[in-house]
Amino acid sequence: MIANNVAKSEPASIKAEVKNFNFHYGAFHALKNINMPIHERKVTALIGPSGCGKSTLLRSFNRMHDLYPGNRYEGEILLQPDNTNLLDPQVDPIEVRMRISMVFQKPNPFPKSIYENVAYGLRIRGENSRAVLDEKVESALRGAALWDEVKDRLNSLGANLSGGQQQRLCIARALATDPEIILFDEPTSALDPIATASIEELVTELKNKVTILIVTHNMQQAARVSDFTAYMYLGEMVEFGVTDQMFIKPQKKQTEDYITGRFG
Amino acid sequence: MSVVSDRLKRSRVRNLREFGVETLLFLAAFVSVVVTLGIVYILISESLQFFQHVSLVDFFTDTQWTPLFADAHYGILVLISGTLTSSAVALAVALPLGTVVAIYLSEFASFRVREAAKPVLELLGGIPTIVFGYFALITVTPLLQKIYPDLPGFNILSAGLVMGVMIVPYVSSLAEDAMRAVPMALREGSYAMGGTRLQTALRVVFPAAFSGVASAYVLAISRAVGETMIVTVASGSQPNLTFNPAESAMTLASYIAGVSQGDLPHDSIGYQTIFAAGLTLFALTLALNIFGHWMRKKYREVY
Amino acid sequence: MQEPDLLAIRAIITRHKRWDLFFGVLGICCLMVGVLTLVALFVDMWSSGAERLSLDFLSSFPSRRAGQAGILAAWVGSVLVMLVTASFAIPLGVAAGVYLEEYAPKNWLTDIIEINVSNLAGVPSIVYGLLGLGMFVYTFGLGRSILTAGLTLALLILPVVIVVTREAIRAIPQMIREASYACGATTWQTVRDHIVPYSSAGILTGVIIGMARAIGETAPLIVVGAVTFIAYLPPVPFTGEPAAGLFDWAREAFTVLPIQMFNWTARPDAAFHANAAAGLVLVAMTVGMNALAIWLRYRLRKNIKW
Repeated sequence: MIANNVAKSEPASIKAEVKNFNFHYGAFHALKNINMPIHERKVTALIGPSGCGKSTLLRSFNRMHDLYPGNRYEGEILLQPDNTNLLDPQVDPIEVRMRISMVFQKPNPFPKSIYENVAYGLRIRGENSRAVLDEKVESALRGAALWDEVKDRLNSLGANLSGGQQQRLCIARALATDPEIILFDEPTSALDPIATASIEELVTELKNKVTILIVTHNMQQAARVSDFTAYMYLGEMVEFGVTDQMFIKPQKKQTEDYITGRFG
Repeated sequence: MSVVSDRLKRSRVRNLREFGVETLLFLAAFVSVVVTLGIVYILISESLQFFQHVSLVDFFTDTQWTPLFADAHYGILVLISGTLTSSAVALAVALPLGTVVAIYLSEFASFRVREAAKPVLELLGGIPTIVFGYFALITVTPLLQKIYPDLPGFNILSAGLVMGVMIVPYVSSLAEDAMRAVPMALREGSYAMGGTRLQTALRVVFPAAFSGVASAYVLAISRAVGETMIVTVASGSQPNLTFNPAESAMTLASYIAGVSQGDLPHDSIGYQTIFAAGLTLFALTLALNIFGHWMRKKYREVY
Repeated sequence: MQEPDLLAIRAIITRHKRWDLFFGVLGICCLMVGVLTLVALFVDMWSSGAERLSLDFLSSFPSRRAGQAGILAAWVGSVLVMLVTASFAIPLGVAAGVYLEEYAPKNWLTDIIEINVSNLAGVPSIVYGLLGLGMFVYTFGLGRSILTAGLTLALLILPVVIVVTREAIRAIPQMIREASYACGATTWQTVRDHIVPYSSAGILTGVIIGMARAIGETAPLIVVGAVTFIAYLPPVPFTGEPAAGLFDWAREAFTVLPIQMFNWTARPDAAFHANAAAGLVLVAMTVGMNALAIWLRYRLRKNIKW
């Protein structure tokens, strides 16, 4: 309790902090001693070549690795204001996932109606009041800039939407439960340029309400949407900084090579 | 912080429910183990009583099986010979036919022929065996008697032939699945060398799919050995040590079915014989299943 | 390339093509053996049994006189036995399939369960009859009843239900599970809200095939002691004097369609062979169920795109 109070009195700008984090897939040491802050109501981008561990790091935030055997976390990811270590075995991964929601690489709506897709997170929290659900579903769909397109067909299948709409539906699903952080795992890699632009715009709007962590292999995207950027390579955090500075004047040669396209 | 403690309380209830559900589902899955143990226990415990009356040597060497006669003999070889003979006839039909059908459907047939033929084969495999038995006795046997006038009304041949046709769908569907799993790139390799369809099918696809085809064969053997009603209806009720399909004989399974029709007192030696025969049948099919499993593992192709 | 060489190659190709053609014809012939058998079977049963097919045949009890015998007791018995089979095999099989796909850790116990399921699928049906006889009839004292018959057949089709459940579940892409877990769902919520609903059509297909197999099974029911001559129906719950209990029917002696057919086929009196038209009803039921399953699967393959 005391620790919580102390944590609360700190400036609220840090939403989460990764401390000495290591991750192992069985014998493979996938993430090596990662340290980074996640700033509240900012967009933090994780970039780096394929296989650098950026998705692995992202999926550690909501303990998705717990679903598969043989994975091991070491170190801490501290979530503020209550200073909870998300990786603590005592902490229920389901509680973590209720606080931190996620949008995946490929749109993955449930084969249910648009309405039920968005309402799902609320329903498993025990919310059954139709009025509350209606209200939250509408505000989530508005938040995901999808309401006007689907308000007349909330009962049709999510799979009938276009790819970009499906991804916004998944964002609405993630938004509906008022999460503290939303994780985006290369959310536009399966979309065409127009749908990509609308998702990017959405991400920029969302950061007024929620902290965002986004993995992308597209550096222009990182430059466009993020406030902070972390460059990772072979499981290590090479550089972390304010996006503008990093793209104009990276501290490390390695980062510069990647950003300027000489590598990767 | 009341919020946190509420959350913890909910999670305890939730974890209890999760644990309860998982335990229930586990128990359901464990039923399969219980069933196997039940089969083994029942067969062995009744057979043990049987073997208190009959020595193992007699069981495996006697050439007569007359458990219900005054002069009782318990030579299981009699039933095994019937089982092997009827299975051999069935497999002589099912394996070649099934293999050709599988190759044809997988490599030769057009999409439309395949879409039409597969459901028909599946329906054939879904016909109750008693209906096949009726067909063998009432239709096939008289037909065969026109060719071989000496053929008795009850014979292994007719039962085996019908059983063979019944097993074709099992062979063809499993073998076809195995062949269709062979990647297109292997076929393209053969076609690019100027191979014809038949050459590609026989020299590339069939060998590549061999493990799957072989396990289809083993499954077919196991089905033929365990098939009951066709032989019960069409092959008669005379235990007969023979390997001649033109005679009447009993198999392990048809003996069990035949004797069960009468009212056998529990604990009589007659009652125990069906378990001894059942144990032999179970051991035979178990060995086949294990062999099929081993075959699949050993020759599993890595594409 | 020299002219003679080219001619030689063409000759070889012509020969090979002839073999191709030959095999194509052979394949159709082999296929026709199966198809024609099916047709012959239908024609045969229809020609010998169609005359007996009437409402009377469906609503009469068996009789010593072939012309008056009917299959009332048999089809009612089949329905009741299937009721017992379905109510045990479906929940057990689906639960086991869900456990093996969604819960089971990778360990020796899971391996043992999996080996058992695949092995049970290969055990001859008559052996299940012996299990039913030794276990249900004598050890549990359930007698030679509808309950015993239903339970025996339930164990027989259990591997089928488990296998199709697993296949249907495996067709659900992993990203759907991840989406559910990422929403904060527990394993049970994921199973209840997503896995079972999305695989239910596939499971249903397999259940129908399993039930079609059970309804045609004869051998295990002979062993557990089907009766071939029943001239009464099991009691309807809450009727009669004194009123029958809800499940009293399950303890009654039983007969089923395939047993009735077997009994008539096995009689030397050829007049009864026409009564094996009971088989016509039986074939219609199993073919109907299998066709329904095939059609469902076809629809499913067309509709679901993940």
